[in-house]
Amino acid sequence: MAMFSQNPVLDGPNYSFAEAPTVRADGFREHRFNPYTDNGGTTVAVAGDGFAMMAGDTRSTSGYSINTRFAPKVFKIGGSTSSQEDANILLSVVGFAADGEALKERLDAICKMYRYRHGKPMTVNACAKRLSTILYQKRFFPYYVYAILGGLDEENKGAVYSYDPCRAGGAAASLIMPFLDNQVNFKNQYIPGSGVGHALQERERKPLPRSEVESLVKDAFDSAVERHIEVGDALQLMIITKDGIEEKILPLKQD
Amino acid sequence: MDHRPQAWGRPRDDVYGAYDASYMQTNNGPTQHTQQPIVTGTSVVAIKFKDGVVIAADNLASYGSLARFTDVKRLRTFAGTSVVGFGGDVSDMQYLDRHLTELSIDEAYKSDPGHSLNARNLHKYLSKLMYHRRSKFDPLWNSLLVAGLDDDQKPFLAATDLLGTTFTSPSLATGFGSVLAQPIMRRYAPDEESAAKLTQEKAVEVIKECMKVLFYRDARSMDKYSIAVITKEGVDLKENEKLENQSWAFADRIKGYGTQTV
Repeated sequence: MAMFSQNPVLDGPNYSFAEAPTVRADGFREHRFNPYTDNGGTTVAVAGDGFAMMAGDTRSTSGYSINTRFAPKVFKIGGSTSSQEDANILLSVVGFAADGEALKERLDAICKMYRYRHGKPMTVNACAKRLSTILYQKRFFPYYVYAILGGLDEENKGAVYSYDPCRAGGAAASLIMPFLDNQVNFKNQYIPGSGVGHALQERERKPLPRSEVESLVKDAFDSAVERHIEVGDALQLMIITKDGIEEKILPLKQD
Repeated sequence: MDHRPQAWGRPRDDVYGAYDASYMQTNNGPTQHTQQPIVTGTSVVAIKFKDGVVIAADNLASYGSLARFTDVKRLRTFAGTSVVGFGGDVSDMQYLDRHLTELSIDEAYKSDPGHSLNARNLHKYLSKLMYHRRSKFDPLWNSLLVAGLDDDQKPFLAATDLLGTTFTSPSLATGFGSVLAQPIMRRYAPDEESAAKLTQEKAVEVIKECMKVLFYRDARSMDKYSIAVITKEGVDLKENEKLENQSWAFADRIKGYGTQTV
């Protein structure tokens, strides 16, 4: 009889805590914490001849509430100090702001390490490649952001890293992108009387001057503000040229 | 004789049968993370003025809709120069409070006198902590406001929440306050320039007005509250304030709810 035996029962639950049952009797119920949110906003980047322009609105939202009217989305990256005075790269992040901040700080730290190790700033295309590996490292718990990297390439031509030489991201991307396609890339623009049907010739594409891009971007945002509640408050414009980075803050509607 | 130490001091299996481990108060099964707040604090409101920041929160900790604890202090000072206001889960607030106490002691030993962490440093620290915990899928279920002064001795006010989202603004409010109090505060401080013109008296008055509106309309609020004014001179924290001059005259004009038919 087991009752009088001095041997412990070896089959069945034992004394170790780790051996305790791991399944609850009623089966699994899962309530999961959602680690993401969307803080709204929109960013735009346009590459020109000798400059790259990055723009973003400064509104931060959660749901129908405005967190703040001034939370910049475009950042200077890879300067030798935290003031970023000698930075040569711009990064815009839109989507989940906390991930955006984390991504920005990580890329900035990497660019700074590169600068200290090699004694020269990271080029934009090197930085863009590094950014893609950082994003892929978190493939299965992604940074919930749309990131655009901008700067000047080795020939001082504007470079914008996303997929196109001009790009909009974020809440109102679908409102702004068609406008940019038409006005920057001259999509659906033809030379009048150059032919009939498929013979019709497209308008020749050429990089736009800076002043024109600036007013195009302002127009794009002004119209996005009218139609999207998550966009507004102020427009942050960053223009990178061979002389450095210029920052402008223009007002947008606050409603 | 059973020689295994695990078995010592426990009822003998051969006499009483195998021990039913499901009675043990250990964490059986998967590691558990906070999935929802239990005892909660409601809004925290704060506004900048020309020399500093005013911040307030009521002294209530609710258990669902039950007003469970009525003397919970939800503002805590840090290093005598900053104030953190806690909304959300109270146990996570207490964890953060212990953590901050430890941090401030460590910092007080490490750094030169008068060179402790300021509000900006503290906010960065807390937001990194919150983001780290959300990335571990084990969030601290709070929304925090950090008030104080920055590196240039300018008023500093910033927020962080369970996701690690951060933002700063001339006025900030968490929870219901972001809907009820923020529009009132934005009337007085729509931007940094107007906040920099606000007097301390006006800022305190605006905050008290906000606390009153919150008490009128937020069912998880209370008329006993804490208020702190942070300036260069230090922190003036009052933890036992009572809302005054309320008027419930509007109440008998409310019709159409519940059983009231007339």
